[in-house]
Amino acid sequence: MNLFRISWKYLVFRPLSTGLNVFLLALGLAIITVLLLIQDQFEKKMNQDAEGIDLVVGAKGSPLQLILSSVYHIDFPTGNIKLDEAARLSRNRLVKKIIPLALGDNYQGFRIVGTNHDYLALYGVEFYEGKVWDLPFEVVLGAEIAAKTGLRVGDGFASSHGIGVGSHEHDQHDFVVSGILVPQGNVVDRLVMTSIESVWYSHDDVSETEEEETSLPDSLAIGESHQEENVAAAQEEAHGDRFHHPVAKSGFPSTEAEREVTALLVQYRNPMAAIQLPRMINSGTSMQAASPSFEMSRLFELLGVGISLLQGLAVVLIVVAGLGIFIALYNSLKERKYDLAILRALGASKTQLLILVFLEGLMLTFLGAVLGIGLGHTFLWLLVSQSEQNVVAAIQPWIFLRKELWIIVYALGVGVAASLIPAWSAYQTSIAKQLTKA
Amino acid sequence: MLETSALQYAHPGQAVISFPEIKVQAGQSLLVLGKSGSGKTTLLNLLSGLLTPLRGEVVVNGTKLSALSEQAMDLFRGRNIGIVFQKPHLIAALDVRQNLELAHFFGKKKGQEIPRLLAELDIAEKAKASVLTLSEGEAQRVSIARALANSPKLILADEPTSSLDDENAEKVIRLLKTQAAKIGAALVIVTHDQRVKNQISNFIEVKRP
Repeated sequence: MNLFRISWKYLVFRPLSTGLNVFLLALGLAIITVLLLIQDQFEKKMNQDAEGIDLVVGAKGSPLQLILSSVYHIDFPTGNIKLDEAARLSRNRLVKKIIPLALGDNYQGFRIVGTNHDYLALYGVEFYEGKVWDLPFEVVLGAEIAAKTGLRVGDGFASSHGIGVGSHEHDQHDFVVSGILVPQGNVVDRLVMTSIESVWYSHDDVSETEEEETSLPDSLAIGESHQEENVAAAQEEAHGDRFHHPVAKSGFPSTEAEREVTALLVQYRNPMAAIQLPRMINSGTSMQAASPSFEMSRLFELLGVGISLLQGLAVVLIVVAGLGIFIALYNSLKERKYDLAILRALGASKTQLLILVFLEGLMLTFLGAVLGIGLGHTFLWLLVSQSEQNVVAAIQPWIFLRKELWIIVYALGVGVAASLIPAWSAYQTSIAKQLTKA
Repeated sequence: MLETSALQYAHPGQAVISFPEIKVQAGQSLLVLGKSGSGKTTLLNLLSGLLTPLRGEVVVNGTKLSALSEQAMDLFRGRNIGIVFQKPHLIAALDVRQNLELAHFFGKKKGQEIPRLLAELDIAEKAKASVLTLSEGEAQRVSIARALANSPKLILADEPTSSLDDENAEKVIRLLKTQAAKIGAALVIVTHDQRVKNQISNFIEVKRP
């Protein structure tokens, strides 16, 4: 028998009241845990994915949408831009490096990104096996895709049109896996990367065999509708050997046909570019420029209202739980005064009684904190397992932050605060008076 | 074992009560008689160190209670004085055995073996029972066992039989007497119960001035 056990016995003697208080506190703390985890990982992830990208250039539309679709691969692309216009921009003296992206296809819901080797270098990827693509239709898989689909180097698969699962499949020409990356912990893990040529050619095939398909709403519109015959004829000739020509390693692929890309990732040459380049693009071309850091801080600002609302709710829950614990301790102390007097008669000191009451409050809140953190992680895990493809899926629900220790400290603080008055009244109890009352 | 000089005590705003001198040897018993409100329980609180007398001195097993600090008094009481209250007042959150373990814990003393003690008081099979399931007589015996758990030098009982029937009352008094004799403790019973007087002849009387 010790003070710890006595307090514990008192707690389990009132399971409903104890359970309710623990649960209330746990709910409040769970919300805070979820917010902490999401905020920490989301912002870290967002910054990580956008690192090295100063500006994104794409078709006119919502700048936030442009950033989300071409940096984080969440939203739909805004449309396409002409290749020659893009190439002209790349010759601007303010541009240090430009990485083109061709989006619009997927494999089992994982987005296929047509780009060049610079994109891989941007994220500093490492290969688990195989190597980077050299020929059209060779692809490199992110680690998560390789794990989910079980594809290995040398395996082939057919892509689907659009960026969601279940749309029309391009079955004319299979992609072949040339390399698989080690897990990077960023957006690349969930991407299928290939050359821009691969994306172009797979759509050429569609237009050749299924003419009617070209009129479908298409995020990667192919610019051949008006000069269909010429291009098709030219392609017919080239068809045999163009698949065996090595693709462009950096910059833009050379092509005679009028081609398009979806977006450009731009690195500035100097700070001056940050001022001049966006204005120049937005006013002087049919494209738009958006800064990832600016758009993301705008997004966080928009989400901020919701986050503070949740935080407020969590605080209210915790305060209510604290009050509940206070009332439970205070009420039970009425009947307990006799018990306390008996304990004193058995040799307990005033200080021991003080500790007893505090222990009870602390144990309650500690249980609440542990349960709350567990609940928070479980909520997040549920959330993540519900959403397979989007950015939420990249959040790790079972990472434990140092900040979570503070949750326990806060909870214990609530416990101390709630026990203060009951403990003091236990300390003050006159045993002789209590025992004589009978 | 227990010795007092003429004790005096005054409840706030009330007249001073004087008590006769008390002297009880180890193994001996003493009844404290008196009408309701005559200060019997006050005397018991003075003897157990729960109240401090206005004048006079209580000496238990050679220790002057007034010389002890509050905390030392608590521990001394836990180790050397067993108190049986009018009602059993067991801790409802604990089972029978744990109620006795409390005495060991707070007295910081190994004390008597609990299973044997319970067996002697005829409640061995209730060791694991919740105290809420005990009958009145059983509960009172558990509270006696708790008072005896640390082999005290002085056993104080406050109206221990008032809520018991004849059979249980006799049993409780006999138990107190035999156990006190066995561990060599002085036994002081405060009562106005005729049934108790029949078993213990040695008594003092408390009167209001």
